[in-house]
Amino acid sequence: MNIFFQQVLNGLTLGSVYALVALGLTLVYGILHIPNFAHGALYMVGAYMAFYLVGSLGANYWVAMAGAALVVALLAVLSDRFIFHRLRNAPPLHDMIAAIGLLLFLEAGIQAIWGAEFHRLAPPYPQIVRLFDLVAPAQRLIIIAAAFGLMFVLHLFLTRTLTGSTIIAMAQNREGASLVGIDATKVSVITFAISGALAAVAATLFAPINLIYPSMGHLVIMKAFVIIILGGMGSIPGAIVGGLVIGFAESFGAFYVSTNYKDIIAFALLVLILSFRPQGLFPSGARA
Amino acid sequence: MLEIQGLTKRFGGLTAVRDVTTTFDKGRINAIIGPNGAGKTTFFNLVSGYHKPTSGRIIFDGQDVTGLRPDQVAKLGVARTFQSTTLFDKATVLDNLIVGHRLRTTSTFWDVVLNTSRLREDEHRCRAKAEEVLDFVGLSSVAHHLAADISQEERKRVAFALALATDPKIVLLDEPAGGVNPEETLGLAELIRKMIRKGLTVCLIEHKMDMIMSLADKIVVLDHGEMIAEGTPAQIRSDQRVIEAYLGADYAAA
Amino acid sequence: MMSKTWQKPLLAVLLVLAIVFPMLAANDYYIYVMSLAYIMAIAAVGLNLILGYTGQLNLAHAGFMAIGAYTVGILTVDYGVPYWVAFVVAGALSAIIGFFAGLLSLRLKGHFFSIFTLCVGFMIYLIIEKWDALTHGTVGIIDIPAPTGVGPIRFDNTWAQYYLVLFFLVVSLWLMSRIVNSLLGRAFIAIRNGEDLAETLGINLMRTKVLAFVLSTFYAGMAGALYAGFVRFIGPAMALESHTFDMIAFILVGGIGTLFGPLLGAILLTWLTQSLQFLQDFRMIVFGPLLILLVMFFPQGLIGYWRERQARRAAASVQDRRLQRSVVGPQQEVGTNA
Repeated sequence: MNIFFQQVLNGLTLGSVYALVALGLTLVYGILHIPNFAHGALYMVGAYMAFYLVGSLGANYWVAMAGAALVVALLAVLSDRFIFHRLRNAPPLHDMIAAIGLLLFLEAGIQAIWGAEFHRLAPPYPQIVRLFDLVAPAQRLIIIAAAFGLMFVLHLFLTRTLTGSTIIAMAQNREGASLVGIDATKVSVITFAISGALAAVAATLFAPINLIYPSMGHLVIMKAFVIIILGGMGSIPGAIVGGLVIGFAESFGAFYVSTNYKDIIAFALLVLILSFRPQGLFPSGARA
Repeated sequence: MLEIQGLTKRFGGLTAVRDVTTTFDKGRINAIIGPNGAGKTTFFNLVSGYHKPTSGRIIFDGQDVTGLRPDQVAKLGVARTFQSTTLFDKATVLDNLIVGHRLRTTSTFWDVVLNTSRLREDEHRCRAKAEEVLDFVGLSSVAHHLAADISQEERKRVAFALALATDPKIVLLDEPAGGVNPEETLGLAELIRKMIRKGLTVCLIEHKMDMIMSLADKIVVLDHGEMIAEGTPAQIRSDQRVIEAYLGADYAAA
Repeated sequence: MMSKTWQKPLLAVLLVLAIVFPMLAANDYYIYVMSLAYIMAIAAVGLNLILGYTGQLNLAHAGFMAIGAYTVGILTVDYGVPYWVAFVVAGALSAIIGFFAGLLSLRLKGHFFSIFTLCVGFMIYLIIEKWDALTHGTVGIIDIPAPTGVGPIRFDNTWAQYYLVLFFLVVSLWLMSRIVNSLLGRAFIAIRNGEDLAETLGINLMRTKVLAFVLSTFYAGMAGALYAGFVRFIGPAMALESHTFDMIAFILVGGIGTLFGPLLGAILLTWLTQSLQFLQDFRMIVFGPLLILLVMFFPQGLIGYWRERQARRAAASVQDRRLQRSVVGPQQEVGTNA
């Protein structure tokens, strides 16, 4: 029972972190049709920002999270204004290569400042929570609660505010949205800011139980891509459900199959599913 | 030549083409008209194999081509143009056309590696074909211009030439005169007649009513995916449903 | 197409330069670096076929190079297979795996294809890293034998290896020029320009794209096999996507969709990183922004830029000649339906 519960907890932790990263990726894709390969690097920068704020400036964990979110959101917005926005009429190949260029730059930049070695963010809540005969590290519960709380806030923002529903409208129909006179610049700035902030929050949440290093974003971004392909590019529920599916597949796969190969599970799942359904599981959101 | 039987295409809940049955005769100019969103381009996409029909059959030259891939349909002799043609701007017009006859050649990768006489023969034929169709559409003079440098009307003609290079039996033209001036439109209409004289069958989508009325032998009118009328220009002009749905009172009065 | 008259002499001069390079080089290290640049160029020439000519951004290319290198490493070190046998197997195996990977991934279009191949590349990396029993895992394979001699020629020194690599580079470029200048190459370019139009012209999209993909993975496999015999040490990191990114940088600098672009880019950037030693680890601080600036302001690359000017000049001169002719013999070029 306890072991099974641990796997559920692991799956939920992983899944909620993946979902946050995938949400940002899918929002940007839905609106600008850019597969932002640099998104994983934004996640990585988020972790380093939190590490810096807590470790060097002695900031409170939650303050550091807000600071990291702010910095990465700004970085994301700048990347839109200075790169992606200028390439909006270029062939899609150029967006992708520019995103890769940004990814390379951010990784090398971080490595130049903090080195290639692993860092650790001191766990702010090292306690273990006990309930009946179940034990759970507090940090994992915090990750799950914070991630779902944030998703709920995002949901409210997207459905209850004018700006939010504009983002949804634009994700569903770009041409239509521009006809209705939606301010495309504002929407893309907000979308990039949200996606950057989500990545930074995810990284800060996950950092205390994980390692921080320059290429830490690689696996995460690729899994996030797998998630949004499975869940439908641009689909928000798809990103959340997909994130949890991959999270659970990994935690149970690592336990019942092999820890060594757990990282391959997501990709194997992708290959398997796309072999039978090239349009993804929920093709409504997918546009080639 | 081209027989359409009960052709229907649904995208999710939306029916883009509903139960269309008609025939396009050999050696004729057939036109498809209808308001925006009537399903005209979807109809072309069905005939040329881009979409698989939800139901119905497409018979081309006595052969059932329903559900074939676009390249298979092209090999059987159905060519089409698009509303806008993307050319390789950094190459010459002639260079852009050579690939058009590739489907009538048989050389493979190994011919390329070994540089066989079959490959050289094929390349020679493709080049000759490109020159021939360029001459046919009256663009020999710009053969060596960069594709980036030619005018909108010349682009339209290059698109025709590319379609003709495939040695088609029927040519589907999607808005051949879109975005060109009235004088150039006359020239393009004349080019379409010339294609008929050469023994081709033409089917076109067009919004320019003057052009259609003077050019077409047969007109098919689509509205919301349904065929509401077909017939000669004179019949269409006097058809009450067409006037209501599409041409409008103004046109009837004029 | 154009300026054929002096293209051949130029190529001859370049080849002579490449041949005398070891004699001019100050030390063996330079020869070593140049050989490495050639090997990367062979891989990049292959990537350029699928990326530059066919328009599909394959992000698993380094993975296929690693497959070639590991095939040679495993066969020679663990099974005592002669280098050249392993070399042939490496090319074949990369192409076979490339065939199946292509069949699967090319069903996806545009962005989806790139994302999918990114994952394929990472899977190759993970498999190499985790499958200890076969690949020696994170340790990598060391002491890979140098290519065995052919007849009287031996490949145990830097000079001989340089010429060996140069030989394969020339063969690679020669084959690639055959391909891209043929009808087949035109079919690839047609797909890059627009898949819908290409299909309308009767080009079987899947078959043509898979062929381009297999050829490009074959090039990657051969480059990997040469790399294994040349560097004689390989690790799983060579499958990482950052090496694909290196090759993309080569292609973009030199000229995407041009025959010699990848080679020019590989040589320039390899020497740039060599001469700026401090850049070794941080080359991406320069390469990253370079990629962005290139796609924003100079997407055609050096050779692309040069060729564009050539094409424009050639087109202009043809026009001039035509103008003169039409003065002499009017009405010749007027369209029949004017």
